[in-house]
Amino acid sequence: MSTLATFLAQATEATAPTAAEAKNTAAASSAGFAYGLAAIGPGIGIGYLVGQAVQAMARQPEAAGQVQTTMFLGIAFTEALALIGFVVFILLKFA
Amino acid sequence: MIFGALEFPPIDDIVKWPDWFLKDSAFGFNKVALIYVLALVIPAVFFALAGRQKGYVPRGVRNAAEVVIGFVEKQIMLPTMGSEGAPFLPLLVTLFSFIFVANIFEVIPAFQMPGNARMAAPLVLALTVWVVFIVVGVKHQGMKYFAHIAWPPGVPIALKPLVGIIEVLSTFFIRPFSHAVRLFANMLAGHILLVTFSVLCISLWTAGPLFVVNIPTFFMLVGLTGFEIGVAFLQAFVFAILTGVYIGGSMQGHGDEDPMHHDHAPAAAH
Repeated sequence: MSTLATFLAQATEATAPTAAEAKNTAAASSAGFAYGLAAIGPGIGIGYLVGQAVQAMARQPEAAGQVQTTMFLGIAFTEALALIGFVVFILLKFA
Repeated sequence: MIFGALEFPPIDDIVKWPDWFLKDSAFGFNKVALIYVLALVIPAVFFALAGRQKGYVPRGVRNAAEVVIGFVEKQIMLPTMGSEGAPFLPLLVTLFSFIFVANIFEVIPAFQMPGNARMAAPLVLALTVWVVFIVVGVKHQGMKYFAHIAWPPGVPIALKPLVGIIEVLSTFFIRPFSHAVRLFANMLAGHILLVTFSVLCISLWTAGPLFVVNIPTFFMLVGLTGFEIGVAFLQAFVFAILTGVYIGGSMQGHGDEDPMHHDHAPAAAH
């Protein structure tokens, strides 16, 4: 009986990850989700935004300059969300 | 080890550089510090050389400098601030040229590191812009600048506290943060992308039969290098244009108290 108990104790000691390892594994696996989920919304948003901007430029080529400036502004604001997701990825994975 | 897993270097190996002198002090001088100094000196020398020319007809380097200043004026200053933005043109040109030169070191051999992939420079630049647009707002509108943000005109009375809190948070706290993170994260992401493909190319070069896969990988690396040149330019442009939008918004305020005159308020629309 006592041999079994020591064996089990040794086995759990050998296989059970330490708290730090478990935290690293969880952080690494959630890092991928963090960036993937953060990219969905901005992906849709930037696609829609650029599509509409191209349509506007095709319909009114003389306004292309203004549309382009406003488009870059919109991309910058939308993209910030994806980039914050990327920063969260870096923090989870490496920090 | 031929088919072993790809070893990606740890993040500290690709963004942290050893100090060359003044080691382990707050003034340690490493590759990133050298890039910042060069990003400051190169545009300064460039514009100083251009500015020394006399006469009306530009020659040589002054042509290039006038293209840069004309671009910033026509594409960044006029659409965001109008002609009242002229006092801020030097600020915009400085920001644009510093950020662009610091970014372009991402693809220059022997450097291969975008200066703005460390948070220090984007944060300082964003905080500078933050101070500038608050000072401009107070100068142009007085204390009404803060009152208009915290108690926005033209919003139904029941929503004013909620919109006011959101506006205060987004204008004074989230804005400098997102302004800095946008530049920093874009450059860091580009750097990691190039490192990934470079590591992949080096690994496949030594991987025996997998060598064939190296051909598209190599051309992808070349293509991404070109793409990163575009990103380096675009991020400098976006940083400068957002600076213009923030300062322009502080100049013009949030529109009239009268909700009927709402349509000519936004700064970025014309």
